[in-house]
Amino acid sequence: MSGPMLRIENLTKTFPVRNAFGRISGEVTAVDNVSFSIEPGRVYGLAGESGSGKSTIARMIMGLTRPTAGEIFLDGLNITDAGSGRARRGKVQMVFQNPGSSLNARRTIGQSIAVPLEAHGHPRRDRARRIDELLEMVQLPAEFAERYPHELSGGQKQRVAIARALAMPPKLLVLDEPTSALDVSVQAKVIDLLVDLGGRLNLTFLFISHDLSLMRNFAQDVGVLYLGRMVEAGATAEVFEKPRHDYTKLLLASVPVMSAEEEAMRPALPLVDGELLTSDRLPAESNTSFERLE
Amino acid sequence: MSEALLSVRDLCVDFTTYGRPLSVLKNVSLDVAARSQVALVGETGSGKTVTTKAIMGILRQPPASITAGRILYDGRDLLTMPKKERLALRGTAMAMVFQDPVRSLNPVFSIGDQMRTILKYADRRLGRRRTRTQRMDRVLEVLGQVRMREPERVARSYPVMLSGGMCQRVLIAMSLLSEPRLLIADEPGTALDVTTQAQILKLLKKLVQEQDLALLMITHNLGVVRETSNYVYVMHKGRVVEQGRTAELFAEPKEDYTRQLIAAVPRLTGGMSFGTSEASR
Repeated sequence: MSGPMLRIENLTKTFPVRNAFGRISGEVTAVDNVSFSIEPGRVYGLAGESGSGKSTIARMIMGLTRPTAGEIFLDGLNITDAGSGRARRGKVQMVFQNPGSSLNARRTIGQSIAVPLEAHGHPRRDRARRIDELLEMVQLPAEFAERYPHELSGGQKQRVAIARALAMPPKLLVLDEPTSALDVSVQAKVIDLLVDLGGRLNLTFLFISHDLSLMRNFAQDVGVLYLGRMVEAGATAEVFEKPRHDYTKLLLASVPVMSAEEEAMRPALPLVDGELLTSDRLPAESNTSFERLE
Repeated sequence: MSEALLSVRDLCVDFTTYGRPLSVLKNVSLDVAARSQVALVGETGSGKTVTTKAIMGILRQPPASITAGRILYDGRDLLTMPKKERLALRGTAMAMVFQDPVRSLNPVFSIGDQMRTILKYADRRLGRRRTRTQRMDRVLEVLGQVRMREPERVARSYPVMLSGGMCQRVLIAMSLLSEPRLLIADEPGTALDVTTQAQILKLLKKLVQEQDLALLMITHNLGVVRETSNYVYVMHKGRVVEQGRTAELFAEPKEDYTRQLIAAVPRLTGGMSFGTSEASR
């Protein structure tokens, strides 16, 4: 298959703002004319802070939220208006941020993993074997199928969430902050696992995160979102070494780092009118003020 | 070490759950000298929060019980001193900034109201007197110290009207109300965006220098440790496994655990290879 695995064109999402009486009093643009594409087998990182629209983009890709404008192509197919059902089957899956709340506390791990198998009509006789296989794939012992989520650690739960997402092997895996709730040592192992699985199953990843250090090491390409707009995009190494947009510089300058080498590559905090630039002081509203900054 | 403002000696804490005691802190010792910046770093369950709660005297007992050790503040043992004296120290001489800024504030009172109440009771414990206007002046003064541009407006605001970063600064201002000498910050900024976190850390560093404060920074983030402290204690499974000057410990970690922890942190310069280590096999 040639062509990008995921192509997003001029994607926009606006939400109505309601006043205290439930009347629509205006609208907020959560995602503003965002375009990017991911080639098969690559890891694309979406970086941004809260309110940047990164999770809304993920929800639109998954068909959980309908875009206001723009188009989404998955593996060459236009899935913009397809809802969350058939068109996405076997093609795209998602791993959420909080493994504690994304697993049903009243189901055993095996039952949780069986849900997508049932939904996709996987033969009943074969399910137990498939569950074992999936658990092995995420390096968990087979007896975990009988356990409940509360018996597992955060990292183990996230592995189960990954196993469930892979039950019907997708081509694109959307990872929404998959390790931000985990300790660093656990995080390294989960990312290790994802890279390993990506190679074995030919997965393409959309990796959403606010952790720039992790992104630098995991994603080959990166897009930086700020207030719904993509302010900078390119190869990760290039964007990190030569950030052009002030917001990217601000983000990089804010990362607490571990060594003098990293300190050296962090840009100086940008100044506007002699004062330290902070994200709430970056001009938000119009394109024109953005240009003034650049 | 008689210089230390705060000195924890061989602190042991057990938790009793379902009738079974579980040892949570094992002989934890640490020192914070006056005007120093010390970090306590550890992963989930390492005991860092229990340590700070024991220091502040807000550890719920039961289920917890302090089975051994001493906590000396300015040479006096907090664990054996009369309750009234300890209360006079808490929130005044030693203050704490909590992790979640929004949930640490009461949503139905204005920032000014909450801060004046805190000051009123702190004054009462210390046997100090202040009129209402003097209290308000002090509130506005500390709000200015945490770089609020319009202290009057912030004092009139309710927590929902402020951003996460501003709420965190309000919490820091609250801790400064009674001129503490020791500030314990539990993961400040962790709940916030990186750019806001960077501001908060910068602010804390400035305050420590300006006000002769000693800072005990509790965090899981080694980058934060490096940028905010001169001395660091690494905790793992209820023990202090390694300690030392921050720069030296980062350059030459001695314990395996510390080494692994440092190696697990992704670097901004890249170069971490995933999918090749033992974990993926």
